[in-house]
Amino acid sequence: MMKTVRDLFRYNLEFALGAILILIVFGFAAASFFSPYPPMDSYVVAPDVPPSWAYPFGTNSRGQDVFWQLTLAIRNSLLFGLSVALMSRILSLLIGLVAGYAGGITDRILMTINDTFVVIPLFPILVLFFFMMRDNMSWPMLAVAMASLGWPYDARLIRSVALSLRTREFTAMSVFSGMSTRQILVEEHLPYVLPIVFSTTLNNMNWSIGLEVTLSVIGFTNIETPTIGTMIYWANQHTAMVAGVWWWILFPVVLVIMTFLGLYLLSVSMNEYIDPRSRLTRMGGQA
Amino acid sequence: MRTYALYLVRRFAQFILVVFIGINIAYLITHLTPVDPVEQAISSVTMFGQSSPEMVEVMRKTLRELYGLEGSAWEQYVSFWRRMATGDFGPSLSAFPTPVSTLIWQALPWTLGLLVSSTLIAWIVGNFLGGLAGYYRKNSLLKALGILAMSLQPIPYYIVAFILLVVFGFLWPVLPISGGAEMNIDRQGFAFAASIVKHSILPALSLVLVGLGAWFIGMRSLVSNIVTEDYVTYAELGGVDRRRILFSYVMRNALSPQLTGLALSLGAIFNGAIITEFVFGYPGMGTLLVRAVNAGDYSLVLGITSVSIIAVASAILVIDIIYPLLDPRVARS
Amino acid sequence: MNARPRANGAADVMLDVKNLRAYYVMQYFGTQREVRAVDDISLQVGRNEIYGLAGESSSGKTTFIKTIAAAIRPPLTVIGGSIRYSFLDRDIYKLDRVALSAIRWRYLSYIPQGSMNVLNPVRRVRESFIDFALPHMGLPKQQFFAAIIAHLERLQLTPGVLDAYPHELSGGMRQRIAIALATVCRPDFIIADEPTTALDVVVQKSVLELIREAQREIGSSMIFVTHDMAVHANISDRLGIMYAGRLVEEAPTAEIFRSPKHPYTQHLIASLPRIGDLSAKRALTGAPPSLAEPPSGCRFHPRCPLAMDICRETHPELVSIDPRHRVACHAVSPAVGPDRVFAAAAKQRTGLVQ
Repeated sequence: MMKTVRDLFRYNLEFALGAILILIVFGFAAASFFSPYPPMDSYVVAPDVPPSWAYPFGTNSRGQDVFWQLTLAIRNSLLFGLSVALMSRILSLLIGLVAGYAGGITDRILMTINDTFVVIPLFPILVLFFFMMRDNMSWPMLAVAMASLGWPYDARLIRSVALSLRTREFTAMSVFSGMSTRQILVEEHLPYVLPIVFSTTLNNMNWSIGLEVTLSVIGFTNIETPTIGTMIYWANQHTAMVAGVWWWILFPVVLVIMTFLGLYLLSVSMNEYIDPRSRLTRMGGQA
Repeated sequence: MRTYALYLVRRFAQFILVVFIGINIAYLITHLTPVDPVEQAISSVTMFGQSSPEMVEVMRKTLRELYGLEGSAWEQYVSFWRRMATGDFGPSLSAFPTPVSTLIWQALPWTLGLLVSSTLIAWIVGNFLGGLAGYYRKNSLLKALGILAMSLQPIPYYIVAFILLVVFGFLWPVLPISGGAEMNIDRQGFAFAASIVKHSILPALSLVLVGLGAWFIGMRSLVSNIVTEDYVTYAELGGVDRRRILFSYVMRNALSPQLTGLALSLGAIFNGAIITEFVFGYPGMGTLLVRAVNAGDYSLVLGITSVSIIAVASAILVIDIIYPLLDPRVARS
Repeated sequence: MNARPRANGAADVMLDVKNLRAYYVMQYFGTQREVRAVDDISLQVGRNEIYGLAGESSSGKTTFIKTIAAAIRPPLTVIGGSIRYSFLDRDIYKLDRVALSAIRWRYLSYIPQGSMNVLNPVRRVRESFIDFALPHMGLPKQQFFAAIIAHLERLQLTPGVLDAYPHELSGGMRQRIAIALATVCRPDFIIADEPTTALDVVVQKSVLELIREAQREIGSSMIFVTHDMAVHANISDRLGIMYAGRLVEEAPTAEIFRSPKHPYTQHLIASLPRIGDLSAKRALTGAPPSLAEPPSGCRFHPRCPLAMDICRETHPELVSIDPRHRVACHAVSPAVGPDRVFAAAAKQRTGLVQ
């Protein structure tokens, strides 16, 4: 395991870059625990101070320190992405494994529903959801709503892996040796599916953080929870660009781009590592 | 021919299913959430000044009728679908008494124009360059493009649009950053058309930039797999012209999965268009949706959501219908 | 023009391969690997001859023909040796891309394994003929199609197939089309890569006859690769046996079947089913060796019933035991003289054979 990570670092540029970006971002999020001010209080520092040694990212028009606010915002955004990803993993694993393993009519029905969910435009639906919830809209609720809509793409991927596993010899062996379907799925197939689950988790985090940013900047979430999106929202509310308070916008945007790039690069290098073709050639077989 | 008909029937059934499930989700959201849109509208009206209890009662009744929230759950469900089928979403509250459908009809062409042109540009250019990059793996210009595509692809539409807005609105203000066309201009003729194009450059550019990256990367990896296919090796052995191999053998065979990809990602592209419109104040469905939410206009929000679902499903159906022209194998299997 | 005029039949050797080595050189996560798929092979193919190449899968025979067809792509790399065709004035790897595509199909053509994917799935057969043959035939379109249709009819194909897509045709039909495609320009040399393997037995027979007929009619030479010894018995004039990237025996087909010398060849022949033969077939023990880490000495020794000490240490040279029969085996070639064995050993010590 450690050797794999070391090899990836040394020979896979995407992995190294992605890992460095994500480490920086996570380090930032961890710093939030050492914030000298209560994060949501306003006017704790002088407003609109440009970046300096005292305030490395400046202060905003609400009298908050951009650096320390950003640490909390990125922590919340990451937590949000992680919870959506974990919740939707349960759905996509369940549906993907059952469809791939059961095959036949079950598979056809599940995949038809799956393909339907893939193409439905989610953004208007989430906006409608916000419209109905209004002030009752909370951060966990949005996470649940997005998780229940964000599973289908990965369910299809997992299904295709399960489908290929089903036809392998050891599945037949397990069936003959009297293992239950649940046992086969959990003990035999999960280890094969897990790497793919891991890379789809990264992609799903990208998707959910991106969607959260998008909803927040319009103000269609709970704008009192500091996330990258709500930070940009408040900056826009105070017309930060026009007022020349560019640091209020620049730093959140740069940090969130680092997050997206990092997660994406990690998942790309992960896929390359998982891909049976390159794995085979790596092990010395003739592809 | 019979198999083609059968294929069409199957695709049409999928279309119906997408619309059915999508609209049902919309129904569930509007009816299962604890907030009553009628009470919400009333409270926003009564907040400013006194209203007699009788007036409020009349208003409540009118709104219930207007929103189709009268009667039993089943009756409400049926009336919900009747509204969908007839395209009658009632009058808009924020632009009373203009019907919701009129507002949507005014916004739809802008969204469609922006969406279709930018999607086509992104798809064609992205696939072409990605195909070249997959075939000529050692070309350093294409490699650089690949890195650019990889760094653009994971960025959400909003961020890209926002950066363009900042760059062309504040740092180098050469392009209009708001609206669909200039206001005080004759709505016909060349000047108007030119103004439309000019206003669409930034929103279209942000949609193209994000889309381009995704198509580029998808096509590049498809092509690098296809070049190892037997028919490509065979064509190379046959001394078939290299350009012919690249276009008619390699890229041509990668097109059908990329067309499927286009159909599958139309929903996401639509999401991107909505948010981009909002950023640039483009007079399409996205701006309308945000305005409707902020004005508390229930009928309009519901109408836009429903039309979006139907529009995306229809676009996918169109792709499905032309798909067999690109891949002769489809009509058979 | 790099192609020699056809009339110049100075030698009767159409293809002369000398000491050819082609390895897969791979680099993954910093470690380099070599797979020696073709290791020091020399052979000649004469005019009008069908040279059969046999061996189990992963014996390197497909790599060999890819290499002589100059159709290699990294990681496969030519490490050494030469490939001379009589119609070329230089080694085939000395040609640039343009010259190479100019000689393809006109002089050197290829019949692929009849898999589903040999013809472009989204192009009609007609377009494939245009892509492959039109640039090499130099005829106006109308005459070109007249020639194509005449050729198809000679191979018992109706002109209607031209308008079909590959998926609309059966495996046998596709294979006939591939043969028609490979022979329509009347090439000097044809490389056939397991052209009958994917077909069922009945179709196999007619396809074999077709290939034989086409070859006779245009008078070209051919290398015919298959692992199926029965097919070789039917079609090949001369036969080379490959094992683990090396040529281990070569002789006229009848001779090989009558008196195989190499233990591996003997095994191949013995495992053929024969009418009236009721004896049990004996399987070879062990698996074919990994070409990434081939065994020392003779690559067959771990599975060889006759293995001696020298087999583990020194690899046997391919030597002629009579003018048309060559074999590489210590147990057989001592008849030629033990000093040759020592010479080979000395050669190895000086590092010529790594």
